[in-house]
Amino acid sequence: MASGDVWILGITMTKFGKRPETDTVGLAAEATRGALKDAGVSMRDVGVLAAGNLMGGGALGQQLQKQVGQTGIPVYNVANACATGATALRTAIMAIKAGEVDMGLAVGVEKLSGAGLLGVRGPRAQSDTWQPEGRQGAIMGLDGRVNTDNMPGTFAQIGMEYGHKYGGVSFELFARISEKNHGHSTLNPLAAYNKAMSKEQIMSDVMIAYPNTRPMCSANCDGAAAAVVVSDEKLKTLSDDQRKRAIRVAASVLTTDPYEVGCQVLPNVNTLTKNAAKQAYETAGVSPEDLDLVELHDCFATAELVHYDNLMLCDEGNAVDFFESGAPHRDGRLPVNVSGGLQSKGHPIAATGIANIWEICHHLRGEAGDRQIQGAKVGLAHVIGLGSACGVHILEKAAA
Amino acid sequence: MTQTAPSRIPLVDYLVLDPEPHLVAQECTNCGARYFDHRDACAGCFEDEFSPVDVPPTGEVTAFTIVSYAPPGVDAPFVGAIVDCGGTPVRANLRDVEPTPEQVTLGMKVALTTYSLGTDSAGTEAIGFGFAPA
Repeated sequence: MASGDVWILGITMTKFGKRPETDTVGLAAEATRGALKDAGVSMRDVGVLAAGNLMGGGALGQQLQKQVGQTGIPVYNVANACATGATALRTAIMAIKAGEVDMGLAVGVEKLSGAGLLGVRGPRAQSDTWQPEGRQGAIMGLDGRVNTDNMPGTFAQIGMEYGHKYGGVSFELFARISEKNHGHSTLNPLAAYNKAMSKEQIMSDVMIAYPNTRPMCSANCDGAAAAVVVSDEKLKTLSDDQRKRAIRVAASVLTTDPYEVGCQVLPNVNTLTKNAAKQAYETAGVSPEDLDLVELHDCFATAELVHYDNLMLCDEGNAVDFFESGAPHRDGRLPVNVSGGLQSKGHPIAATGIANIWEICHHLRGEAGDRQIQGAKVGLAHVIGLGSACGVHILEKAAA
Repeated sequence: MTQTAPSRIPLVDYLVLDPEPHLVAQECTNCGARYFDHRDACAGCFEDEFSPVDVPPTGEVTAFTIVSYAPPGVDAPFVGAIVDCGGTPVRANLRDVEPTPEQVTLGMKVALTTYSLGTDSAGTEAIGFGFAPA
């Protein structure tokens, strides 16, 4: 192990789905205490807390401390759209890399069951005469009048744009991507949904925003995930058992979208993901061919397709061929979203960026049970938050 | 008291109604980046001078979706699309086309169109825009 490395010592995710029996803080506490137990440490050992939550008001970290341990450590309350969890984890990693602490904890939590369509703002104040407002001098809400603000429709266009550029996309293709992920989730007891769905069932379900039907959209649900990270030096002082299960963070990257023509017209989720992936591969010293599994941000079936390309799992423009080759199925060459992905495992927004890292760690530790990808040594976790922020982490099994 | 002709107001200020309806972008005088909102500075080159430029009223659909659920006051389903107007991507709805995947296609040629969004208590008519098959 090289000096300066950061390791995941403990990590957990809660059951995703409807969790009416507990509140946001309770879910965060469940994940936090789970990660501490998995790491074999206590809140007394933790030097920094990064708490990710998007819908809860901005002070989750301190509320969580009041339930699980007030030790006076610095808290960073993190919000970064759907990249919130990955950003929280990276905040703890940066504190370790900066040499301020030798152990940190990151948690992401969301209560999102029944949240409906995301991305749509509330109604405007009413007036009986037209009043231009805002940076576009709009006299009424533009959602639905000048394209759509909702997420299923936005990401539908992102997938269709890929089709316009490279060809080969169809409603059926996107439905089959979703069929794969719903099939994968049958092996994941923590997923919000565990039912396989056929292409036909998916295509005939409720259309939300063509070509995304309801099962092709990420499942709004409740859930939390948390991770304990440690410095190289600290890890050396811990037990054999702790060291054996530690997972090396080979790369932790966060990007935003650089200006390009059209990026303020339709969000560009491609360039920032490519930039993050390139930087992560270089930092980790691995190439896409070295990956044993990938958890990528399939917030919609149309998004998964473009990220095969953006994460360089295939040559540029070949995402359709990559899917058609069977590669991203769990028995394929490079399994993608064996957890079931956001479409079936669920997407409690701020939890997602840590939960997908938990999934990778679970396989690298050889603890994934029925859905274990045999012999997995290197994995990549990707999230994207619209607006935009992209987090990419590459994780490696400990050498020993 | 003199009577004035009923006036009109565009849905957004980058829709200019006269002499013929067209869209006007704010173009960065340094790098040529085009925007449809009030700017503090250019996101591409950070300079802060802009000049208005007319956007061609015709273009090609480069992405679309057919949205089943609309906010109050908007009919559903509707087609949201990105239209490439001679190199300037524009966000809009498609109009005068059946909102089905059989009728709306990637690459279809479209032209700017306007329509009434209603009249307020002062008698001013709101004018929206979209693109219709050319």
